[in-house]
Amino acid sequence: MGVQLQMKQGELIALLDGEIDHHGARELREEIDAAVQRTKPRLLTLDFSGVQFMDSSGVGLIMGRYRMMSEWGGEVCVANLPPRLEKLVSLAGIRELCTVISGKEGKA
Amino acid sequence: MRTSAINEMKVSFPSASANESFARAAVAAFAAQLDPTVDELSDVRTAVSEAVTNCIVHAYRDTIGEITLTVRIYEGRRLVIQVKDKGCGIEDVEKAMEPLFTTGGEERAGLGFAVMESFMNRLRVTSHPGKGTCVTMEKRLSGRSGHGR
Ligand SMILES: Nc1ncnc2c1ncn2[C@@H]1O[C@H](COP(=O)(O)OP(=O)(O)OP(=O)(O)O)[C@@H](O)[C@H]1O
Ligand SMILES: [Mg+2]
Repeated sequence: MGVQLQMKQGELIALLDGEIDHHGARELREEIDAAVQRTKPRLLTLDFSGVQFMDSSGVGLIMGRYRMMSEWGGEVCVANLPPRLEKLVSLAGIRELCTVISGKEGKA
Repeated sequence: MRTSAINEMKVSFPSASANESFARAAVAAFAAQLDPTVDELSDVRTAVSEAVTNCIVHAYRDTIGEITLTVRIYEGRRLVIQVKDKGCGIEDVEKAMEPLFTTGGEERAGLGFAVMESFMNRLRVTSHPGKGTCVTMEKRLSGRSGHGR
């Protein structure tokens, strides 16, 4: 599990990878937040194409970043969401907060 | 009389967060003998992750304690999973199970029980403040015939 960060024209892209649970969420959060605070982007894209598993700790991760970005009117986009994570994302009502773009199954 | 399980496994481990993925993998490996679908397995793994994480984050908030995970297989392809801790317990279980309720602060969504409830077929929570909590959940697996992966 890990994250690769990339800044491009006011957009910060966080390429997530592996299994997102409580154990790994903290390190992800710290890395993303450090970059967000440094760059204050207009858009934070969380790219889920490499994510194989996620539980409610991942939902907390998305919601927490949404709150942080809202401080300066920035937005969060959840991109390339694998079909198997749809159920959790719907249950959590993530679409009411962020743009969610569905992806294909199993890249990673 | 209760019907006895066809097969059973039990593991216990300390409430270290590295054991969240171990618990998911252990249940998935045991459930493999029922040949569950990819979706069923994904539901079970997620529910187990929620229950075990709750022991680590809430039951043993400032300490390390023992978590016991028991998985039983019953007639009719029923998978029954029990996650037990001897941690702080829950004062008001009904309230704790309401979606979005959390005592975990900013980074928790308050969705763990809602996930267990919707991803499994049955969920039962018993708790004694100061003594611990037991979460029992059941998944009825579909027959393998007539469905794709
Ligand atoms: N094993 C447990 N021991 C003690 N308290 C618990 C236990 N499990 C749950 N709780 C209590 O129930 C509340 C709700 O749990 P739930 O899993 O639904 O949400 P959460 O853990 O707070 O957030 P999330 O699961 O979305 O990260 C917790 O905030 C906690 O107060
Ligand atoms: Mg929880």
